[in-house]
Amino acid sequence: MAGSNPNAKPMNLTLNVWRQPNRTAPGKIVEYHVKDISPDMSFLEMLDVLNEDLLHAGQDPVAFDHDCREGICGSCDLFINGRSHGPEKGTTTCQLHMRKFSDGDTITIEPWRASAFPVNKDLSVDRSAFDRIIQAGGYVSVNTGGAPDGNEIPIPKEISDRAFEAATCISCGACVAACKNASAMLFVSAKVSQLALLPQGQPERKTRVENMVAQMDKEGFGACSNIGSCAAECPVGISLENIAILNREFLAAKATSNNLA
Amino acid sequence: MSWITKTFTSSIGRKIIMSLTGLFLCTFLVVHLIGNLQLFKHDQGAAFNTYSHFMGTNPVIRTIEWGLVLGFGFHIFEAWALTRRNKAARTQGYAQWHAEKNSEWTSRNMGILGTIILIFLLVHLYNFFWRARFGGLPKVGGANPEVRDLDNLYLAVVDSFHVWWYVLLYVLAQISLGYHLWHGFRSGFQTLGLNHRKYTPLIKYVGYAFAVVVSAGFASMPLYFFLFTNPQGEIAANAPSLLHTIASAF
Ligand code: HEM
Ligand code: SF4
Ligand code: FES
Repeated sequence: MAGSNPNAKPMNLTLNVWRQPNRTAPGKIVEYHVKDISPDMSFLEMLDVLNEDLLHAGQDPVAFDHDCREGICGSCDLFINGRSHGPEKGTTTCQLHMRKFSDGDTITIEPWRASAFPVNKDLSVDRSAFDRIIQAGGYVSVNTGGAPDGNEIPIPKEISDRAFEAATCISCGACVAACKNASAMLFVSAKVSQLALLPQGQPERKTRVENMVAQMDKEGFGACSNIGSCAAECPVGISLENIAILNREFLAAKATSNNLA
Repeated sequence: MSWITKTFTSSIGRKIIMSLTGLFLCTFLVVHLIGNLQLFKHDQGAAFNTYSHFMGTNPVIRTIEWGLVLGFGFHIFEAWALTRRNKAARTQGYAQWHAEKNSEWTSRNMGILGTIILIFLLVHLYNFFWRARFGGLPKVGGANPEVRDLDNLYLAVVDSFHVWWYVLLYVLAQISLGYHLWHGFRSGFQTLGLNHRKYTPLIKYVGYAFAVVVSAGFASMPLYFFLFTNPQGEIAANAPSLLHTIASAF
C-alpha cells in the first residue's frame, strides 16, 4: 500500500452525491466536480472542499455525519462506491484517504440504507435505532457504595480479551449498511457477547438478550442469513463468532428465563 | 402471544426453525440418495422396485414421511416470512452496490436457489411420488416371483430420464441444490450457535463436500439413464462402472 507520496499529483474527481432536503422529501443523485484534491486528504476533508465550493457558489452544502475524525466515534456513515466506508478494509470514512482513488475517478456517495435508519438530510442518517437497542439491555447494574477494587473480580485473560474485542464496536452501522437484509445482528451480537462473557454482565444476562433482540426486531432490521458482508465491512473487525454467541444466548434465555411474556 | 410464539416469530427464532428444518432435510437427502443408488444395480430395477415398495408401504417410513412434509412446509414458509421481513428492512436501495466484494454469491441468493428447488420438487413429486402412490403404475411382471407383483417404478424412472428437458431440469435443480447446501450446511450450524474455532473450519469443509457429493450423486441418475440405457432400462456395455461399484456397497 503506497504511503503518503510528496510528489503525488492533486486529483480531479467527479462525485455522484445523494441529495435529499429532509426526511420526507424525495432525494436524487447529483453530480459535482472537485479539483486539486491532495492524495493526503481524508475522504471527509475532500467533502469539506466540495462544501466550501458549494458555499462560495451560494449553494446548500452537503450534510454528512462526522465527529472525531479519528476512527473512534463511528459517526462518519458514508456508503462509497457500493461499499460501507468505501473500498479499504478495516477503516471508517474519516480514516479513508484520497490516495486510495485516482485522478479522474467517479465516486458515488450514498447514505446508509435501512428502513430503521431514516435519512435526515443528504448523507446524514438517523441511527437512534441503535441507541434504543442499547437502552433495551446494553448495560450492567452497578451497586451504590464505595468503588470496588479494580482487580477484585478475577477474569481470565482470554475471556477479558474476547470481551474487549467485542467491546471495540463503535456503533457505526456499517454492518447494517452492507447487509443485504439490513440486519443489525453483528452490532447486537457484539454488545450481547461482550457483556455475556464478563461476570459483571451476569445479573441481566437473560433479560438483556431477550429485550435487545425484541427491540432490534421492533426497529425493523432484517434477519441474519449468515452472509458475512457485515464482518467483512466492519471497521474494527467484529467477527461472525459473536452472532453465533448471540443466537445461543437468545435460545438459552428463551428456554430458561422466567419471563412468560 | 405466548413466549413460545414470540420466540419463533422473532427474527432469530425464525432462523432457528429454518436451520433445524434445513439440517433435517439434509439427513433426508442422505437417505434418499443412498436408497436411489439401487438404480445402479444393473438388475433391471429388481432392487429398486423392492426398495420403493418398502418405502411406500412400511408404516414407520410412512410416519416419518409426515415429518418430511412438515420439514419442507416450515422451511418454505419461514423462507417466505424471512424474505418478506428482509425486503422490508431496506425499501430504498443503493445506486451502487458491490456485495460481491464482501460475500459469496450463494449466500445472497438462497431464496432464488430454494425457489428453483421448489419448482423441481413439485414436478418431481408429481412424476414419481404421485404416480407411484396414486397413479397405478404397471406391475413388473415376468417370472421372478419376488418382484413380479411390485409396481414398476424403475421403468417410470427410465422413461422420464429419456426426456431431454426432464434431464435438463434435474441437472439444473441439482446444481441449485448444490449451491444451496454450499452455504446452507454451514449456515445452519452458525444459526444454532454451533460455532467454535476448533470445529467451524471442519463444518465448513464437510458442508462443501456434502454439497458436491449430494448434488453430483442425484444429478448422475438422470444423466446415466439418458446416456447409457435404452428405453427398456438395459444398461449399455460402455456405461461407467463407478456408480455400479458404489451402489453394490449398499
Ligand atoms: C432438500 C431441500 C432443501 C434443503 C436440504 C435445504 C437446506 C437449507 C439449509 C441447511 C439452510 C440453512 C439454514 C440457516 O441458514 O440457518 C437453508 C436456508 C434457506 N433455504 Fe433451504 N433447503 C432446501 C429447500 C429449500 C426450498 C424449497 C426453499 C424455498 C422455497 C428454501 C429456501 C431457503 C432460504 C431462503 C434459506 C435462507 C434463509 C436465510 O438465511 O435467511 N430451501 N436451506
Ligand atoms: S459491528 Fe462493526 S460495523 Fe457494526 S456497528 Fe459495530 S463497529 Fe460498526
Ligand atoms: S468521524 Fe468518528 S469515526 Fe469517523
